[in-house]
Order: sequence, then C-alpha cells, then structure tokens
Amino acid sequence: MPLSSKHLLGLSGVPKEDIQLILDTAVTFREILERPIKKVPTLKGKTIVNLFFENSTRTRISFELAQKRLSADTVNFTTSSSSTKKGETFKDTVLNIEAMKIDMIVVRHQSAGVPQFLTKISNASIINAGDGRHEHPTQALLDMYSIKEKIGKIDGLKVCIVGDIAHSRVAISNIAGLISMGAKVSVCGPATMIPKSIESLGVTVHHDINKAIAENDVLNILRIQLERKAGTNIPSLREYHNYFGVTEERLEKNNKDILILHPGPINRGVEISSEVADGPYQVILDQVTNGVAVRMAVLYLLGTMN
Amino acid sequence: MKIAIKGLKILNPQQDLNIKGDLLIEDGIIKKVGDLTDEELSGAKIYELDNHYCVPGLFDMHVHLREPGREDEETVETGCNAAANGGFTAIACMPNTSPNADSSEVVRYIKDQAANHLVNVYPIGAVTVERKGENLAPIAEMFDAGAVGFSDDGVAVKSAGILKSAMEYTKMYDAPIIEHCEDESLSDGHMNESAVSTLLGIPPLPSVSEDLIVMRDILIAEYVGARVHIAHISSKNAVDLVRQAKKKGIQVTAEVTPHHFTLTDESLKTYDTNYKMNPPLREEKDVEAMIEGLKDGTIDCIASDHAPHSSEEKEFEFIYAPNGILGLETQLGIALTELYHKKVLTMEQMVEKLSINPRKILNIPIPEIKEGEKADLTIFDADAVWTVDLKKQKSKSKNSPFDKKLLTGKQTATICNQKMFIDNEFMDI
Ligand SMILES: [Zn+2]
Repeated sequence: MPLSSKHLLGLSGVPKEDIQLILDTAVTFREILERPIKKVPTLKGKTIVNLFFENSTRTRISFELAQKRLSADTVNFTTSSSSTKKGETFKDTVLNIEAMKIDMIVVRHQSAGVPQFLTKISNASIINAGDGRHEHPTQALLDMYSIKEKIGKIDGLKVCIVGDIAHSRVAISNIAGLISMGAKVSVCGPATMIPKSIESLGVTVHHDINKAIAENDVLNILRIQLERKAGTNIPSLREYHNYFGVTEERLEKNNKDILILHPGPINRGVEISSEVADGPYQVILDQVTNGVAVRMAVLYLLGTMN
Repeated sequence: MKIAIKGLKILNPQQDLNIKGDLLIEDGIIKKVGDLTDEELSGAKIYELDNHYCVPGLFDMHVHLREPGREDEETVETGCNAAANGGFTAIACMPNTSPNADSSEVVRYIKDQAANHLVNVYPIGAVTVERKGENLAPIAEMFDAGAVGFSDDGVAVKSAGILKSAMEYTKMYDAPIIEHCEDESLSDGHMNESAVSTLLGIPPLPSVSEDLIVMRDILIAEYVGARVHIAHISSKNAVDLVRQAKKKGIQVTAEVTPHHFTLTDESLKTYDTNYKMNPPLREEKDVEAMIEGLKDGTIDCIASDHAPHSSEEKEFEFIYAPNGILGLETQLGIALTELYHKKVLTMEQMVEKLSINPRKILNIPIPEIKEGEKADLTIFDADAVWTVDLKKQKSKSKNSPFDKKLLTGKQTATICNQKMFIDNEFMDI
C-alpha cells in the first residue's frame, strides 16, 4: 500500500498507517546501511533538490546521503537569502527550480508554512526538512524509529519531550507522530518555553524534571538554543541546567530503565550532562544512523509513488 | 444635470428620516425628497431603484492609500475609485506612507491628489515625526492643512510620555488620537497566540499586547481629558476595557474591521497570507465580543483598515509577508450580510456605524438628505446577492481573503461632489 499523500509536510494529521509504513520500510534500508556496498538503484533517474534557506549541515548531509544511496540525482541549493532581501523572491527561486523538471524538493526554511506554499507552486513531491518552529517530520520519524529499535514498540510507552518546546520544530512532529502511534506524551520545561494551549494537542504539561524521569520510558531532550534564550526565557544556562538538565545523578536517583533521545547538536552541561550524553541510556549516535535509513524510506516511498 | 431616483427607502437616523420616496438632484444639489410629480420628472435622467436604501454617504475612517511612496500598490485615485465602488463617499487615510504624513506638505499633497474626485479624502496626520514616537509632529500645521485626526498607525504611539503630550496638544483642536494598540515588547509574532499558533508553529502575538495599550491609552485620555479612538479593535478584553471606560465617561471610541467580526485564527491553517493581518485574527470568543460590542454601542463604527499590498509581497514566505488586506469594496457587503441580515444591527444602527459615527469622531459635518443640501449619498440594495470578484475591483492591489465570497447587499450608486458612480461608471451630475 502506498502512502496517502505525495508530500511529507508534517506528521499532524498523517494517518497511522503511513507512519507505520515508513518505519517498516526504514528497517530494510537500515540493513542496507550495514552492507559493504550501501547503494541501491531504486531512485535512479529521479532528480531531487535540497532547498535549504537556513543553514543545517547535519540535516542536509543526512538527506543527501540518503538520496545518493538510493542513486537519485541531487542538487543542493543553500542560501540564507529570503524575500525580505533585495532580489529574487522565494516564489521566483522555486519557479526557476521547478522549470528544471525535478521530482522532489526537500526544503528547510525559517518560516512556518513554506512546505505548504511549495505544494501550491510546484508539481514536485515536497518533503519538509524543518519549517520555522512548525514541523520537522523526518526527525520525529527517526526518533520513533530509534525508540522502536531499542524498546521494540511505541504503543503504550510514556514519552516526555523536555526543554524548549515553544521554539522547537521537533516537538510538534514528535507529539503528533507519537500520539498517533499510541504513546502517552507529556512535555516538560520552563513555562516560558511551553507554547500556549499545547494541551490541545493531547499532551500533559509539567515542570519537574525528576518527575519526567521517574514517570517515563523515554525522554526526548531538545536543544536549548544558546544564542538567544538566556535572559529572556530563562535566567541563565546554569539555572536551566540545575533545574531541567538531565544528569546521571538524576537518572540514578530514579534508578530505572529509561531511553534518552536528543535530536542534536547537543549542548553538554546545559540540557544534558556529558555523562548522560556519552552514557548507556542514550542512543544519540544511533539516531543519526537511523536518520539516513528513515530518510531513505521516505524518499523511496514518495519517489516511487507513480 | 437633473437626475431623479425613484422608489428609495430614504434613511438618515441623524435627521429622524425614514421614508419611502424619490429623490431629485440637480447639479449635485438635492432639490426634492419625496414623491416627484411629472413636471419635476421632466428633463431628468430617471433611475428606478425600487426599495434600494438611500443613506448619508458612507465614511471609512481607516484606509491606507499608499501614496506617496508605494503607488504600485495604491494611489489616492485608485483608492478613491475603490471607495466609490464600495459605496463610500469619504475616507480618512492613515499617515504611514513614504514619506510619512507627518508634515503639512504631505497632508496637502494627499488632499490635492483627491481634489477632483467624487470621494472626499481626509488625511490623518502622524502623531510623531516619522511615527518614531520621539518628537511631536507639527500637529497644528497639519490640522490647518486638513488633517482630521492623528495616529502613528502601524504602531502605537511609542511611550506613555509622548502620548500624554500628544493628547494635551490634540485636545486644543478636539481632534482624536487614533491608536493602533500594540505593545512593542510583546509584538514579536505573526498571528494570534492560541492553540492554532502552537499547532502551526507561527511565532505568536498575544492579545494582551493590544489590551495593555488600550488600557494605557484610556488612562491617559482620562487623565488629560482628551479623546482617543481605538483603531481596529480585535480582542475581547479590549472591548471590555472600552465598555468600562465609556461607562466612566472617558472620551474613548472604537472601530472594528469586517475581518475581525467575521473571521478567526482558524483561517490561518492553510498559511494563506491573505489572512495575515495586524492585529491578527483572533478566536471565537473575540469575534463574539466584537458582535456584542457593535450591538451595545461599545464599538462606534466599522472601518476597513484597507491595506493594499503587491501580490509579490503577499506571496512571500508567511513570516515575511506584510500584514493587511483590502477592505473598501467588500466592507458594505460583509457588514450587511453578517450584521444586518443576521439581525445583529438594525439598518439605522448600520448607518450610524458606517456613516454617522465616523464623522462624529472626526468632527466632520454629517450630510443631510433634504432640499438645498449637497447630495452626499450612498444608495445600496440590501438584498442584492453577489459574488466578490477581485478582478473587478478598483483597487490596484488584489490581497483579499474574500474573493469568491457570496454576499448579500451591494452598493448601487455613490453620489458626492456633483458626481455619481453607478453601473461601474463615474458621471458628472
Ligand atoms: Zn493599524
């Protein structure tokens, strides 16, 4: 059965069957990544543009590797310019690329809604690689993949997303995906980093990191953006670490099995201590590998739809 | 030229006038109100507009004309054409042009551009130089040049200190300060803060940003004893604050736009930038508060906040697209559809909110419908069902979420300054 949409714009509203299909397909690609020759001819002849209006080397490289391993032709278009600056508008840029007859666009942009807008001006399949603080569906898919790989299931698990929920594109995608796969999701962080009415998405909210550790099977720890948060949303990074940081001491005190995810890049000593980042609970580097497999699955499923 | 319009419902609550009858206009002057004899009809161009309403010319007190500076988006002329097409014989235009209307020269320039039009244009002058909130603009000079109110619209007057000073100054001329209420320390966003902004990941603007400035302005208006007019009110708390202030006798008035009494932030779920405005579309409770405020008189008038933007700019990415939508040509239709036909307001109240109250706020004489007066009239068919077609609108820009919307109630004739706009044409009368 194919996916229900030719685009992957986010995980909100995506049927459970689609998520299941992507995760199942990713298992096959994860195996391919262990082979000596990590390349399959599945997307030979397909052209994919990685349209990055915001610098994100990690996400771009992960997509690019996934594309190369599927034998697609890829072009990178990375620019920091946007419509506010003089010159070509965003729409013109896209129409230009569209005229080159491409099959898929992977887009990263600082404005929410750009992937939706692209579907209106392009015939290509659109994959959202992060739009503003809205969604980052492949990140959430790889998080779910990693949970499933480690624990064997998602249904019935308790997952807490910790940190700056308000400014994160990872949180909304994770919440939507996890809930549709049957997990019980909560968020934990300082109130200044919890967006208004997030309960309406079906999560519970609290502000106690010890409770988050004690009551959950999985913690997904979000990055605190060092450049802008201290002073306005939180008094200091030190205080954040003291009250919300995930440390070995806190994990040991609660003395239980817990899985730690982090979408990276990590800030050691802020949201996560070095001991935890390098310790036995976490799967941070597995997430990176799984990211390639999950992106291969998404590209494959969308690229072979018709 | 002599024209006769027959079968009208002639209504002007200001004169206690509410009759069914004909109208005879000669060289732009009303010659008779009532039944016309064959003798009076002879030689006249006759229009049969049975059961169309005839009311004192509609007035939109919140319009952005974009001239000088962005003539690619709207000029005084195209904006006036849009006004006539929407049934408005007069508009007040906001000072956030380039250069700003912060001098008597720019105020005079705008008036000159409008000099020969059917539509009367009343400029609003800036409160402060370049609307920066630092130094008072030449308020007296602009008042003498024809400015009827003062505003830093686009932003609120920056500080309480300069606002107090401005109110003391405008009080000498009994001119209102018209406030765009938004606290800049809370305004780092692009849509209303709600569950919807969380779902859409769009940086939010909390409604308390509006409420704070409404509160501040009411307190300063009370302290100084001056007048403040709240532009495009949009939050429930702001309406409550204005209601309480009015009860206390503070000189505060308020306007609401058609989009704020009809739409909510749910509309943004498609990321269509035609729903991006400031103040942003808010929630159901706020829309209900707008309706309640219109009903009980807390909200004095309806104004469009007509804000033309080029299509290339409205097609920017959501966070970069400019705020605002067109309004002049859909306002009457939306107001009739949503307020009159849904029995929120009576036709008398409609006329007050679309014609009489804006003039009262700006100290502009209210046109009378009687023999010997200059004809300044709007005629509309309250029951005409029509579909908005942006391609047929007169505005130079096309940014509106109301394209293809079915409305009930439409302008038939707009008459002022010895001119008439009817059947999509201007004519001298
Ligand atoms: Zn404004």
